[in-house]
Amino acid sequence: MKKILLSAILLGFIYSPVNADTVRMGTEGAYPPYNFINDNGEIDGFERDLGDELCDRAGLDCEWVQNDWDSIIPNLVSGNYDTIIAGMSITDERDEVIDFTQDYLPPDPSAYITTGDGNKAAYIGVVAAQTSTIQASHVAESGAILVEFATPDETISALRNGEVEAVMADKAFLAPIVAESNGDFKFIGKDVFIGGGVGMGIRESDSDLKDTFNAAIDSMKDDGSLNDLIKKWFGEDASIY
Amino acid sequence: MFEFCSDPSTLSTFDWFSCYLTNGKHIQFYKSFGLIILLLVLTAPLALMLGLAAAVAIKSNFFLLRLISKTYANIVRGIPDIIFFLFIPITIDQLIEFTRHKIKCPEIIDSVWQGNDFIVCSVAKLPLSSSPQWIHDMYGFSLAILSFTIVYGAFAANTFHGAINSVPRSQIDTGKAFGMNKKQIYFSIIFPQMWRYALPGLSNLWMLLIKSTPLLFLLGIQDIVFWAREIGGSKTSIFQYPHPDWRVWYFLSLLVFYLLLTKISEIALNRVSKKLYLPI
Repeated sequence: MKKILLSAILLGFIYSPVNADTVRMGTEGAYPPYNFINDNGEIDGFERDLGDELCDRAGLDCEWVQNDWDSIIPNLVSGNYDTIIAGMSITDERDEVIDFTQDYLPPDPSAYITTGDGNKAAYIGVVAAQTSTIQASHVAESGAILVEFATPDETISALRNGEVEAVMADKAFLAPIVAESNGDFKFIGKDVFIGGGVGMGIRESDSDLKDTFNAAIDSMKDDGSLNDLIKKWFGEDASIY
Repeated sequence: MFEFCSDPSTLSTFDWFSCYLTNGKHIQFYKSFGLIILLLVLTAPLALMLGLAAAVAIKSNFFLLRLISKTYANIVRGIPDIIFFLFIPITIDQLIEFTRHKIKCPEIIDSVWQGNDFIVCSVAKLPLSSSPQWIHDMYGFSLAILSFTIVYGAFAANTFHGAINSVPRSQIDTGKAFGMNKKQIYFSIIFPQMWRYALPGLSNLWMLLIKSTPLLFLLGIQDIVFWAREIGGSKTSIFQYPHPDWRVWYFLSLLVFYLLLTKISEIALNRVSKKLYLPI
């Protein structure tokens, strides 16, 4: 086995077909309808459709990579993949570490949900949000007690188990959960608009790739195909360009 | 998988489950059990070899060899596994890419560390970003095996060191009196006998190795823990098979799997030890 390993590593040193046009797309795969792993075990969702179309227009060969949310930025900067396309809102804090393309989703409403019998104003109680999201920092700033979870699904479980009084997340993620909860969950309070829209994260040193994707997003905005895609995944009422 | 699975929402409970449990996601889940077995099968002999080499090196006459092997065994045994697992794959990966960068792109004089980014030229990346996903998976898995080998090799080194010391001194002296050289003493006297003393420690180590395999999840490898969490999580009707939070059942199946694995190991190890006339 050592020999196999060694020769595999050596092979890596020698065998290097140059095909610079492959772009690895990193996504979380746990945030429907933005991105999720479908029943066949493949990456699916709005961002899968969008990413494939963008790569097609830019003439790039794209490969999809699943990566957990909490390490998604570190793994981009260390080069495990070349883009983050995971419903990531453009914020100043993130912009210091990585670059963003222009937004491909307009600023999206975030919302609170709570259990059916809860009447308390959620934003003053104990609120769950996913780690390192704009919702998490919003909750923290609002004065509520923030409980963070690694995956969005765990925030919902925490609410169901009574561990927290409310969950804050993107409304598009919460809407089907509320609709299919048989009245267990309901929205509470007003929608909140935070973040500067959703864009693709790209390494700061990779400005060529950023320009390529910016141009592709432009062309999808111009011919209206981006709006069609948004409506397909987020419903007719979604905010469009 | 089955023909009637095309519209799961119309199926009876039994049919629904037979479709659900054989969908693409579950197949990947089942395959990931093989990954755990593969990890064990590859890591155990590698760690034994590394441990044996280190144990012999600890008894070497060369000061440097002694120093290196002792430092290795003591440092690695003293660091929590998790920290080691987070540290080693990243370091080795960056070291390899840094070396390749220096060899393949000597014309680039910019530092590979620019702010937060670790940038090597695209031909120096390993695996190349143009490589198919399975190469990336295999590379990550190899790094995991390497990390497991280094950690468990250190524990094995300690066990072997003790076992070598337990071989009766008088036998080694007899060997010397017969004019055997060091190599002959190791191969004819020490190695054949040390297993009796090493086996209890090694079987313990094997159990620990089994129990630490979920650390793969930490390395971002899609192992059984990843799939159990992913598939078990509640699913809305955007999925073909919507269901509430079933993680407890999936984690239960992992529990059963690990108990079976350790039970089978226990039986096998008991047989081996009986052959060596040593009850555990």
